Amino acid sequence: MAATPTREVARRVFAQEFNDASYTFKESDDERAPVYVLLPTGERANRVFLVGTLTETEDVGEDSEYWQGRVVDPNGDTFFMYAGQYQPDAASMLRELEPPAYVAVVGKPRTYETDEGEVNVSVRPESISQVDEATRDRWVVETAERTLDRMQAFEDAEGGEMDEYVQMATEQYDLPVENYRRAAVGALESLEDQQRESAPTEQ
Amino acid sequence: MTDLHTPATEIHEQFDDQLDLSVDEIEERLETLVNEYKVPLSEARRSVVNTYLDEAGMERDQLSGGGGNEEVDIADIDAPEEWVDVTGKVVELWDATADAVAQVGLIGDETGTIKFTKWSKSDLPELEEGTVYSLRNVVTDEYQGRFSIKLNRTTTIEELDEDLEVGDDAVEVEGALVDIQSGSGLIKRCPEEDCTRVLQNGRCNEHGEVEGEFDLRIKGVLDDGEEVTEVIFNEEATEELTGISLAEGKEMAMDALDTTVVADEMRQKVLGRYYKVTGPTLGRYVLANEQERLDGPVDAEAMLIKARSI
Repeated sequence: MAATPTREVARRVFAQEFNDASYTFKESDDERAPVYVLLPTGERANRVFLVGTLTETEDVGEDSEYWQGRVVDPNGDTFFMYAGQYQPDAASMLRELEPPAYVAVVGKPRTYETDEGEVNVSVRPESISQVDEATRDRWVVETAERTLDRMQAFEDAEGGEMDEYVQMATEQYDLPVENYRRAAVGALESLEDQQRESAPTEQ
Repeated sequence: MTDLHTPATEIHEQFDDQLDLSVDEIEERLETLVNEYKVPLSEARRSVVNTYLDEAGMERDQLSGGGGNEEVDIADIDAPEEWVDVTGKVVELWDATADAVAQVGLIGDETGTIKFTKWSKSDLPELEEGTVYSLRNVVTDEYQGRFSIKLNRTTTIEELDEDLEVGDDAVEVEGALVDIQSGSGLIKRCPEEDCTRVLQNGRCNEHGEVEGEFDLRIKGVLDDGEEVTEVIFNEEATEELTGISLAEGKEMAMDALDTTVVADEMRQKVLGRYYKVTGPTLGRYVLANEQERLDGPVDAEAMLIKARSI
């Protein structure tokens, strides 16, 4: 049987942690080897799946269309995405969608360094689809769970035998992972508030 | 020369509590049947066991497992190189690709199915599709994470006069549908008998240019953030998932003079949503028998308690 390259899993991460994931690496010297960003909680990500509120779209291209989309998570943190001629489906979604709208995005993390030497992290979307609130809510709870799992593994590793990517995160970043637990709590709290508001009041 | 000592020892163990027998005496009986009368070992074994059953005044189902093997459910086979007994129905026989293999196929019980291989040199009776057998002394094996059983020269095969419902060893996967792969939507299949290959530009790999028959399917990817699973939805499942029937799909393609509009429309309806899919696995795919959109309320509170407790 021919060796089919295994498809990369789509990580779940809130925008705050994603935007902090400025360190990228490859697992091999092969030119076509996948590029990973290193999540500060100690996991590699070559693909992400996110659901949030599309708040703004703008064609920032000079010669040809190049669409920027801003997708906000429940903490108010923003995922930035860029789609041009090589992502025609995603670009046409950004052209056509009317913000605000809930969208689900599958995409690849990309980083670039600004003139000031700061590293910006964004998403190059493979697909964008408009979804409902139920899907958004499920993503929030799922992403909180995955974030907490990574945190737990990160903290368990300290002192004990260290996972490769946890080790890498402690070397590359000086970021307290506690921030990401707070992001998970914040996202869940905002979901609860929203559920309470929409629930029928008892007599 | 067939080894008769092993089955003789097993029979000896089975009657150990009831009859005062020696292994040699059992072996001798087997030898007469097998070597003199050319009876297959399984039949010889059956005959000898029956003789002793009569002698002891026992019923067949009072017999202990024999040989010390455990009778296992097929779904519970999860380690290689274990000697086990299984009872199952031959679901499918495949063409043996090597001379060393007498028969190869799929055998199943209520819990699931497993591949079996019967070696030519083991000199065992022919198994038939749709028949239930009790197989004693088979060895489990593993290849790339998939288990199988091997019938060998010490295996005894007993045909049972009963039927059983073979379980479909369905798996359940949950996740977000993150991709719809090429070859999804409105497709054309080869109309040749037993072919059903999907046509590429009107051509079948086997039969060349043919007048294809339309079908609907989705090859999708479910991703839960930890693992990815490729899922195939057939026509019925695709319609349930997308609300687009084969007739509607054909109409859409006709209006647009393009079949790809069907997959595009499907993408908009299902990508990014969460689903739970149940079905058997085929290679790396799960074949969707049942699918459910996960759009009910989620329990934020339980997760919040967990998040605060860390």
